[in-house]
Order: sequence, then C-alpha cells, then structure tokens
Amino acid sequence: MNDVKEKSALSQPAREEIDKWVAKYPEDKAQSAVIPALHIAQKYNQGSLTDSIIESVADYLGIPKIAAFEVATFYSMYELKPVGRHKMGLCKSISCMLMGADELGDHLQKKLGIKFGETTPDGKVTLKEVECLGACRHAPVVHMHNRYYESLTPEKADELIEGLE
Amino acid sequence: MAVTLNQVCFRTLHLDKPWTLATYESAGGYAMWKKILHEKTPPSEIVDTLKASGLRGRGGAGFPTGLKWSFINRDVPGDKYAVCNSDEGEPGTCKDRDILTYNPHQLIEGMLIAQYVMNATGYNYIRGEFDLPLERTEAAVAEARAAGYIGKNVLGSGMDFELYNTVGAGAYICGEETALLESLEGKKGQPRFKPPFPANYGLYGRPTTVNNTETFASVPVILEKGAKWFAELGKPNNGGTKIFSVTGHVKQPGNFEVPLGTSFAELLELAGGLKDGRTLKAVIPGGSSAPVVTGETMMGLDMDYDSIAGAGSMLGSGAVIIMDDTTCMVKALARVAYFYYEESCGQCTPCREGTGWLYRVIKRILDGNAGQHELDMLDDVASKIEGRTICALGDSAAWPVRSFIKHFREEFEFMIQHKKSILD
Repeated sequence: MNDVKEKSALSQPAREEIDKWVAKYPEDKAQSAVIPALHIAQKYNQGSLTDSIIESVADYLGIPKIAAFEVATFYSMYELKPVGRHKMGLCKSISCMLMGADELGDHLQKKLGIKFGETTPDGKVTLKEVECLGACRHAPVVHMHNRYYESLTPEKADELIEGLE
Repeated sequence: MAVTLNQVCFRTLHLDKPWTLATYESAGGYAMWKKILHEKTPPSEIVDTLKASGLRGRGGAGFPTGLKWSFINRDVPGDKYAVCNSDEGEPGTCKDRDILTYNPHQLIEGMLIAQYVMNATGYNYIRGEFDLPLERTEAAVAEARAAGYIGKNVLGSGMDFELYNTVGAGAYICGEETALLESLEGKKGQPRFKPPFPANYGLYGRPTTVNNTETFASVPVILEKGAKWFAELGKPNNGGTKIFSVTGHVKQPGNFEVPLGTSFAELLELAGGLKDGRTLKAVIPGGSSAPVVTGETMMGLDMDYDSIAGAGSMLGSGAVIIMDDTTCMVKALARVAYFYYEESCGQCTPCREGTGWLYRVIKRILDGNAGQHELDMLDDVASKIEGRTICALGDSAAWPVRSFIKHFREEFEFMIQHKKSILD
C-alpha cells in the first residue's frame, strides 16, 4: 500500500522538474540526471528518500535501481531517514571551528535538546554536522532551506530557531 | 606600495548587480567572445596567449592552463567537453562561490572561449549546497542564451556552443577531477585511475578538460588585456592575480584578489590583521590539505606558488587559514583529520582505513588516552597513506598530520603527558 502512495510521490511536478535536467545531457545519458533527480524527489517527499522513491527515480530515468541506490547512499545531502521540517547543517570544518563552531554546536544541541543527527520530538528541527560549506569568510555557517546563515553567534542562532514554524 | 585589488575575476564587483548581463556587458563583457567569433581567431593563438600569460590552474594543482588546453585535439571527431569544477569544498576556500554569485557571466565567457578552442560542449559542475550560486549561474546562462551567446549558430558564426550547469550532492571528493566526471555521469564520486587522463578519456569517455572556476573566469580578461599585462601583474612563473580566502583569526575575513607575489604580511593587513593583543601562531596557506607553516616563517613569505612551495607547503586553492596564539594545535589537527576521515570515498584501503586511524589516534591524544609512542605511530600511519592512493585525498590527509607534528611536536607531547592542552 505504501508503495502505491510513495510512487505517486514522484508527482507530475517532480517529473517535470526532472525532465528539465534530463534535457541537459546527451540523449543516451539520462543517468547523469540522477543526482538532481534525487534532490527533486527528496524535496517533494518532506526532505528524505525512501527505497521505493529511489526505485521510482531509477525507473523514471531508465537506469538500473542499484545505480540510483549507489548515488543516494554515497552523497551526504540525501537523507535516507525522515527529517524534521527544518534541517540545519552546521559546518564544523577548520575555519568555522576557529570562529566558534564547536561552541555554537554545543549551544544548538542544548537549545534544541537534541544531539547532532537527531530530530526534535515535535518533528520541527533536524540538526546535522556538515563538512566545509565553502563560505569560510562568514564562519560559522549553517545551511538550511536552500540558503546559508552566516557569521552566526549563539544569539543569532536563537533568533533563527525561534523564527521557525 | 599599495596592493591593487580586483583586477581579474572580481573586476565588476563594485558595480550595481554585477551578476546581470547588462552590467557585465557595460564593463566590456562578452567583447572577447564576439571578437573571437567574428574574427575566427585561430584556437592555437588563444592557447599561445594563455601559455604566455603564465595562467596556472587556480583550483589547487597549479597546472599551466594553456598547456592543458593544448592537450585536446579539437579535430578528433565526436563529442568533446570543457568542464568547470565549481565543486568548491577545500576547507577554507570560498572564492568560487563569489565568482558564481557575483560574476557568473565572466565564468560563462571563459568557458565558451575554452569550448571554442576545443570545439567542446560545456558543463559547469556546482556543489549541491550552493543554492544561490546555482540560481545566479542558471539565470546568467539563460540570459546569455537569450542574447545569442550560447546555443545554435552563435552570433551567426555557424558554430553551436551548448553550456549547462549541473549539480553535486555533498561530497568533497568530487572536487578531484575524475571523481567529478564520474559524478557528472550520475555515479558515486570515486576517482579514476590515471592514465588515461581526461584529455583522452574524460566525460562519457570523450576528450575532456576540467578547469577550476577562477581559472576559466580569468581567461576573458587575459585575452582582452594581453598575456604580458597578466604575466606582469605577478612574478615570473607566477603570473597574474589570485583570489585568497583569508579566514580564521583575523579581524575581517574575506576574499582578496591580489597579484601573485603579494607578501603575506600585506595580505594579512588587508584582512584587518590579527585581533588585538594576539600573535600569529600558524598559517595553512593553501586549504586544509596544505602543510601548516609556522607564523614566523609565514611572515617572510610571498603569496605565490614558488615562495610557498619553498617553505614546504603549497599555494593550493588560495585558502589562507590564520591561527593565532589561542589555537590548540592538537584540537585544530583533530578537526582537519576528521574532515578527511569523513570525506574519504572509501575506494583505496590506505586512505579509507588510514584516515580513520589518524583521526582516532589524534582523538585519543585529545581525550588523554594516548601514550608518547603514538605520536610516532601517527606519523608512521600518515607516511603509509601518502603516495599510495589513486587520488590526492590520501596525501591531503597525511600532509597536515605530518606537518603539525613536525612544527608543533611539543604541544602534542605536552598533551599526551599532562592530559591537557599546553594552552590551559
């Protein structure tokens, strides 16, 4: 039953978005679109992927299922378990560390009452540790909802969290 | 003498909405593209100009760009590719993000010129987390297409040039050029054995050149102002400008596009200098893969390939990570080691297993559970990763460890013995 529901998760709008990416590659190279296609499928499924969604993406692109699973399990931006409505990725790499990312990480875990990798019980926020986001001049940085929140302090982070719905 | 900033990739940053076509054209943008197509400039002439300019790859390896472009035989029948590596992820590096966000048209013009030289299709691979840079670059490609700079029969030349942006999904390893090509083919980003090199067997098995964002974006200005002008901005064998991302313990972290050969002291000053009352302890001059250099040595160096190499490190991606006297070097190294452990693609045993061992041993030192012999063990493990893997990630994991121990051994010994940082 779940399968039927999840196959429909690759909705018409999702398919149309995927088609735009498929058009960027040579005709017989639809596999090249698997990375953006999984991003799109994840976006339309509340931020995470399931086995049957990954299979749907593979079927849609006409590639072996294993090829889609290899990609979904290799890259860090894909979520293979459900996540909260807001996924916060705090960069812990060296430039952010030098600018207080460890202390900010402690603060965020305390404020949210969860550890890295966990989701708040109300399903609101998932907190992740991520590696260098390439925004080091504005360290420390959080990636959330298609944008970067930069030069964060515990106070600014509190405001950010309090503004989330 | 004051350093002149922003002469190449950042030359339009002071203008209003520099990411738009109108602004870029008002600053002379796409003039070179039009000229090349109009005059049918011989591709070899463009390659010769790049060779004479001294432009070297700005992603980290510093390979001469003109030479790289000359490896592609444009007359080989079938598809050929020019791929831009915008998978910026070397810790400390945040320059390509600014090119993509603020000057995407110059990158596009540079890629188109490369495509003309190699008779190739263009792909710009942007890391998955770069949402705004992708949005801006997509908009720029659409504008350039509407203006007739990209597509079929470009500007009536009878030639077709397609250029597409594409995305990653979170993997540092995809900054390695053959891993990037695998990723562009829709696979796990695991580096390929070389040879064959991408010039012979690249994207979809076709001749391919991969260059960094900053490298491509430098090309239109070099062609406009001449090889001599560019070369003389820098020093012999270190031509032109470089964007340095100065981060860490400075008052004003930022990207600074300066002539190669600018002294480190001047660059530090541009970033506002150290915080008050602090002293310079150490610098990683070229992204976290580069060996660390002591502050004292660094103050005597110039920011160019040869000067930094002379001090046993490398200019790399131009990420200059500043550490002042409040930095615990054991903690800093633990963080760097964790990065490579997390990002190893798992393909080669020495890297997959070795990066884990490096991190765990350093963590043991931090936790007060290590013996003195483990410091030599750490160096030994690092030495056994180095040079034994398909790609440079293994070396990148080993070099910080070996250089931190070499220059700051007493801090590691102190922590092992006293179970606390030398700073506490």
